[in-house]
Amino acid sequence: MEPFISLTGVAAPMLADDINTDQITPVYRDLHPDYAKLLFARKRKRPDGSDDPDFVLNKPQFKDAKILVAGQNFGCGSSRESAVWAFVAVGIRCIIARSFADIYRDNCLKNGVLPVVLPAGDAEAFEKLVVETDGTAPFSADLRTQTVTAPGGRQFKFDIAPEDRTILLEGLDDIGLTLKHAPDIAAWEQRMQRERPWLQSLSRT
Amino acid sequence: MPQTLFDKIWDAHVVARRSDGRDLVYMDRHVLHELHAPHAFMRLDETKRAVRRPDLTFAVQDHTVASRPGRDDTTNPEGAPFIRAMRAGTQSRNIRLFDIGDPEQGISHVVGPELGIVLPGTTYACPDSHACTVGGLGALAFGCGTTELEHVLATQVIALKRPKRMRVRLDGKLGRGITAKDVALRILAEIGVDGGRGHAIEFAGSVAQALSVEGRLTLCNLTIEMGARSGFVAPDETAFDWLAGRPWAPKGAAWDAALKSWRTLHSDDGAIFDREVVIDCGSLEPQITWGIDPSQVISVSGRVPDPAGADPRHQPAMKRALDYMGLSPGLALEGLPVNRVFIGSCTNSRMPDLEEAAAIVRGRKVAQGVAALVVPGSSTVKREAEARGLDRVFRDAGFAWGEAGCSMCAGGNGDKGKSGERCVSTTNRNFEGRQGQGVRTHLVSPAMAAAAAITGKITDVRKLA
Repeated sequence: MEPFISLTGVAAPMLADDINTDQITPVYRDLHPDYAKLLFARKRKRPDGSDDPDFVLNKPQFKDAKILVAGQNFGCGSSRESAVWAFVAVGIRCIIARSFADIYRDNCLKNGVLPVVLPAGDAEAFEKLVVETDGTAPFSADLRTQTVTAPGGRQFKFDIAPEDRTILLEGLDDIGLTLKHAPDIAAWEQRMQRERPWLQSLSRT
Repeated sequence: MPQTLFDKIWDAHVVARRSDGRDLVYMDRHVLHELHAPHAFMRLDETKRAVRRPDLTFAVQDHTVASRPGRDDTTNPEGAPFIRAMRAGTQSRNIRLFDIGDPEQGISHVVGPELGIVLPGTTYACPDSHACTVGGLGALAFGCGTTELEHVLATQVIALKRPKRMRVRLDGKLGRGITAKDVALRILAEIGVDGGRGHAIEFAGSVAQALSVEGRLTLCNLTIEMGARSGFVAPDETAFDWLAGRPWAPKGAAWDAALKSWRTLHSDDGAIFDREVVIDCGSLEPQITWGIDPSQVISVSGRVPDPAGADPRHQPAMKRALDYMGLSPGLALEGLPVNRVFIGSCTNSRMPDLEEAAAIVRGRKVAQGVAALVVPGSSTVKREAEARGLDRVFRDAGFAWGEAGCSMCAGGNGDKGKSGERCVSTTNRNFEGRQGQGVRTHLVSPAMAAAAAITGKITDVRKLA
């Protein structure tokens, strides 16, 4: 996995709450879709199929956004990972939201995407700056110092669990990390085979 | 110290603490579906990793399979690559696949419980957010993404941070015609779509205890809509009786030993929950969603709320919902004309669901101009329903009777409505565009959906019963 250390770029405001994964990437019809095109595929369009110029990511100043700023419960709904892959495909690797849906947040961590939740007191001021800046100057997010910096230099500190920070900073191979515990897994299986055999031995009658 | 049921199951499955601080939690059962598994298979091919426990892994074709009778791989042409990749990927890895044409094919969350693959106190992984459904049997489920799925295939564990514990106590006794779906929608109305975020939810109280297993599966199905990944009802004699004799459930001495262990699966008196919500269900009416998230719920006799009177933070979303749904504040939903009715999905597609709907439909006709579809949750359910003549009841009334799968829940198999249509549906998500671009979805119980099909408008089912 590509590590996340820091990034600098335009921050696009999408301040609604409860943006769900059906909106982020509608159910797709292709085993190998163009994930960049899939991102907000329905919301980007007007009913006649043309691009909606009012949709934030269609606006010229946000075309190359690297940070998305959203409301509460971002990424609720289906567990589809395409809803993270699509952001990676367009170069957005940092999402700053009031809160994240549980599965979506985990999917971010597995793809080198930094999910940031600012302290409640700072979130409003930060969102205001993003709206006012309107894509004219870059913001940066730095995981080493756990800060988001606005164009004027104002800094916002954020908390992240140490285990999540390590995974992102080092770009760790999640499966590789777990497989170091292969002997523990085997030992657990052997113990269960003795203590609760119905968990380990499945047979059909 | 008194323990919650959640902690008992979690602690019994922690294999080790990983170097990054996450718990490695063993997954006793893993069920895959064809929309997401093919991508994980490709990644396993690239990294040359094997599936650790194919014997604990099962697979179904459910999301993309056509519901049309006589279907094959290409009836839904867009599903064919997924279906074939699933077949090839499971064959080469020796994973049992419930394929198209298999007499036990169906939706993962229906098949797992009904075949006795999922058991009380087991952990369960599935690359689908509605994995939580199986909590109805007292299993601890983890819906996950594709990378997690690959991780479970390779290691049989998930690296997790322990969530907080929440209890939703459902007091009282349900009135006639009130179902688990109404209860779940009411909870959503009370706690919202993120009320359970960061928590595992135990549903308890007299209402949860009185529900059938199918009712509990419906209740737990909507846990993810509350923002929680896992939700469950403590297993009891109702659950054990339901499981006994199912094909993959333990038998003989193994069953006796399992039963002894299962009887310890409850939260101890005095166990501490991080959050507790109490809802009195005694006077509950049939519930229905009016908006575009599953917490935008009112009683069927109620009126569409006015954003002006709501929390300012919710106002923009409410206005957008009213606009999308073609509704105005103060309007009664009852009497609103309906174009389409869907009965099915992992929420409401089991035998009791179909029986409740059929009881309303029997001897009546679908209203003119309404397209009505019933899709059983599994081929097993379909066969049982046909043996009891339910297919005739639905077909004689003018319903289409489909082959098992997810169908119109997410429209991944091509079953969709048309823009502007009002669809009364027994599914779990009323998101914009989910059942087709511009389709206006109202979530209800199976009996309420049947009532809407018969009258051609949103109807309080108690007036028809």
